[in-house]
Amino acid sequence: MVNQPVFQTRGLTKVYDQGEVQVHALQGVDLDLYAGELVVMLGASGSGKSTLLNILGGLDVPSTGTVSYRDERLDGAREKDLTRYRRDFVGFVFQFYNLIPSLTARENVAAVTEISRHPMEPEQALALVGLEGRMDHFPAQLSGGEQQRVAIARAIAKCPEVLLCDEPTGALDSATGIRVLEALEKANRETGTTTVIITHNAAIANMADRVITLSDGRISGEHRNGLRQDPRSLSW
Amino acid sequence: MSGHTLRTKLYRELWHLKGQVIAIALVIGGGVAVCLMSLVNYSSLTATRADYYAEHRFADVFVSLKRAPNHVLQQVARIPGIYNVGARVEGAAKLDIAGFDEPVSARLISLPETGMPEVNRLYLRLGRLPEAGRNNEVVVIGSFADAHGLVPGDTLSAIINGRRQQMTVVGVAESPEFVYIIPPGAMLPDYERYGVLWLPRKSLAAAMDMSGAFNSLVLQTEMDTPIAGVIDHLDRLLARYGGTGAFDRSEQFSHRFLNDELNQLKTMATVFPLIFMAVAMFLLNVVISRLISTQRDIVAVLKAFGYSNRQVGWHYSQMVLVIASVGLLLGTVAGLWLGRELGQLYMEFYRFPSLLFSINPWWLVFLAAITLLVAWIGGWRAIRAAAALPPAEAMRPDGPGRFRKGAFERALGGLRFSQPSRMILRQLASRPTRTLLSATGVAMAAAIVMVGNFQFDSVGLMVHTQFARVQQQDISVSFVEPVNEAALYGLARQPGVLYAEGRRLVSARLINGHREWRTVLTGIPGDAKVQFVIDQNLNPVPLPPAGLLLTDFLAVELGVKPGDILTIEVLEGERRKLEIPVAGITNEFLGVGAYMMLSALNRSLSDGPQINQALLNIEDERAPGLYRQLREMPGVLGIGIRQAMLDSFFDTLARNFLTFTLVNSILGGIIAFGVIYNTIRISLAEKGRELASLRVLGYTHNEVSHILLGELALLLILGVPLGWAIGHGLGELIVSAMQTELYRVPLLITYQTFGISAAVVVLSALGSGFIAWWRLRGLDLVAVLKTRE
Ligand SMILES: Nc1ncnc2c1ncn2[C@@H]1O[C@H](COP(=O)(O)OP(=O)(O)O)[C@@H](O)[C@H]1O
Ligand SMILES: [Mg+2]
Repeated sequence: MVNQPVFQTRGLTKVYDQGEVQVHALQGVDLDLYAGELVVMLGASGSGKSTLLNILGGLDVPSTGTVSYRDERLDGAREKDLTRYRRDFVGFVFQFYNLIPSLTARENVAAVTEISRHPMEPEQALALVGLEGRMDHFPAQLSGGEQQRVAIARAIAKCPEVLLCDEPTGALDSATGIRVLEALEKANRETGTTTVIITHNAAIANMADRVITLSDGRISGEHRNGLRQDPRSLSW
Repeated sequence: MSGHTLRTKLYRELWHLKGQVIAIALVIGGGVAVCLMSLVNYSSLTATRADYYAEHRFADVFVSLKRAPNHVLQQVARIPGIYNVGARVEGAAKLDIAGFDEPVSARLISLPETGMPEVNRLYLRLGRLPEAGRNNEVVVIGSFADAHGLVPGDTLSAIINGRRQQMTVVGVAESPEFVYIIPPGAMLPDYERYGVLWLPRKSLAAAMDMSGAFNSLVLQTEMDTPIAGVIDHLDRLLARYGGTGAFDRSEQFSHRFLNDELNQLKTMATVFPLIFMAVAMFLLNVVISRLISTQRDIVAVLKAFGYSNRQVGWHYSQMVLVIASVGLLLGTVAGLWLGRELGQLYMEFYRFPSLLFSINPWWLVFLAAITLLVAWIGGWRAIRAAAALPPAEAMRPDGPGRFRKGAFERALGGLRFSQPSRMILRQLASRPTRTLLSATGVAMAAAIVMVGNFQFDSVGLMVHTQFARVQQQDISVSFVEPVNEAALYGLARQPGVLYAEGRRLVSARLINGHREWRTVLTGIPGDAKVQFVIDQNLNPVPLPPAGLLLTDFLAVELGVKPGDILTIEVLEGERRKLEIPVAGITNEFLGVGAYMMLSALNRSLSDGPQINQALLNIEDERAPGLYRQLREMPGVLGIGIRQAMLDSFFDTLARNFLTFTLVNSILGGIIAFGVIYNTIRISLAEKGRELASLRVLGYTHNEVSHILLGELALLLILGVPLGWAIGHGLGELIVSAMQTELYRVPLLITYQTFGISAAVVVLSALGSGFIAWWRLRGLDLVAVLKTRE
């Protein structure tokens, strides 16, 4: 692992101003993420995981503090630059898949590869997640796990620099969830994409190179696993 | 939860949807406004006219005759059913107005020695009636007084029966008999060169050699007497005094034209509101369906807590009714105001004494009930679906539209679609009914704008055809009496005259069985160059050596076709009865008439080569001198100037007509906006999630806007041509509903009108599109990630 971090955040805070109440979702996060590593970010619901991931992914901007992707500052970036950043470097996987219902699996992936600079073929990406037989199905014709794997194929097909996954198994039963994690693990291993998986499920932590724990908007713990476990050996 | 809570929910949601609520309310309001405007205008004018007629004792029966001694009146009064008799002397005069060098002619009507006439009373705008014994005092009609700035105290000189007479204006008046006046032999009003004057009976009778006699009768009949019987009696009684046949209001010139106009207003009052209401209903249907489908879970919760189907149904019904009420309120205020303004405009045109603002309150109630009902029916399908939704089912999200690769897409299989384009196509294909309805909404908007605009073109074509193709003379000169054709040479020698052509106009009654029509029979020389008769393709129709040409409108009214024999009662000279075959049909847009070869007409009347009108082409620069010359010629009664007629036409008739159409165009624009704005807002609501997901994946703001706007563009591509087709159909409907004696508007839709209707729709689309584009900027990317569909 190279020592130059892919992401670096310093003193990151995020305050949601809701009139009378102010919600401090992040209260000073210092974090470095390195190329190729698979990080699992653990934390209870409401601890600020999604907020942090969204800031890393260029979907949101911090209230104070800095966040940089390689040499680029993401805090204070203009909307246009954030869009370009997302388009060129980031692959997202969400809890609720967010597929386009009017497009087939293949077309959902193509929707991203069409606007990418060095994409793989949509078919190749779908094969990578084990969906070669389902390419012409519409989302409504796929199970939740299959939909999530389409979402992963869509995220990796553009060959992103980072893969950000927000509760990718949150809406799935454990057997299906494990298949999805396998797909993510495989993508990380075979493409060397920096991968962040956030979850409130501690059992998932064992598949990571590094585990970061978040509570109340702060990093409250961090450890490195000596050996990544195969997702198939996980259970919850 | 209580009813109170549901009401709070209702208001919050209405507030949340305020853009759409206003857009739909505007469309409903547009429909209500057009409807009310037309109703108020129509019923106010009808009431105003009825009141004017009653107040001023407008005659029910009219008859003119050659000369009858006053004692005949006693016999007239004994005819059963007649309760009020006005006997008058009528005549014509040539006028000299200080400062106006052109020949002016006038119709003269006698006034009783004292007080108002018994029948056809005057409405005095200014001044007074002539005083007893003051024989040089005269009252002039308002339109003429205005055209020349005449006020009481001004003088004018008149040549009556060859004798010049100096007269002083003492009053300016209107009469129910002359709401609409057109100079004899002309097709359009010309207030500068033709007027009506009322003189004391004694002075007019003296000038016309009518002392102790009368030549015109106007009568009021009892309400319950059949007028036909009265007319029969009169005709028998007056035949020997040269009666030209009594007729009722339906043949009275002014009344007939007024009726035509009011009937046109009635057409407007039905066609347009129907279109508006249909569109509004459809919009409600789409918006409410959409709203309810996003609230399935809420419906489920309400039902799980024990709300009945009826309560849920009522809740959503209220939403529809509130929107409809807002529209109703807007429309009522706008419609009453517009109707009043428009009534004011028409009133000035018709010179009614005062406008009665009339609307039957029951119509308002009825309109309100219809509006609410129509709105509720519009939302009904969706409301019913919500009310009937079983709670367990409602918990599940509304099944996403079933998408598939459409036939269209397969047919275009060779093309490579980008994924966003695919999304657009599939979105539209997955809800074909709604797509069709949306396109129809767009089409309706385009059609309304078109209907509002084509009348500009059509009226333009009508007038252009008449004056450029049919009436090519610069001026027409009417003679006091028929003169020998040789008089043309005299005219042609006048400085400034380039060409002169004669014709003869004879008033006549055309009769086919029990159908009859009073009009002018025109004799046209076989080699006429400046005014002739045209066919459908605007080509000159050669005059038959014998036989009549009839305007198509007249042929239909009389129920005759070429080959039939028509009886013609000539209403002047020896009052001959002629039997003449109909040789052909013509197609003028303006006026109606019967035409025959001049020589044949003169032969039928056993006259030599006589004419009573000359059509001239003149040099513009020498016109003023020529007008002065003509004014001094004793045989010349008056002239008509083409340019002046055109100007007056566009100033008056066209202006009123076009004001109405302009209002419709604006309302069409409102519909366009309402339809498109709602369509795009619904799309935005439905696709917000997808679009936000694409933004997350790195699509730019403009790229996702493309998806939304592309759908809109497709709707326009479908809707606008459909609108053109619908507009064309409506145009035909309106044109055929507006065939009148005065004019028959041809259906002409120019590229400009097609363009304008498309432009209004496209502009509304751009406006709505911009709002959508702006909203997409503010799309909350993070929010869509937190929720399931
Ligand atoms: N848009 C928002 N407005 C206000 N508060 C928010 C918003 N998004 C998140 N929060 C609050 O910020 C905190 C962190 O949220 P989040 O990052 O979503 O937590 P997690 O993903 O760990 O469950 C929570 O208390 C949440 O209520
Ligand atoms: Mg979260």
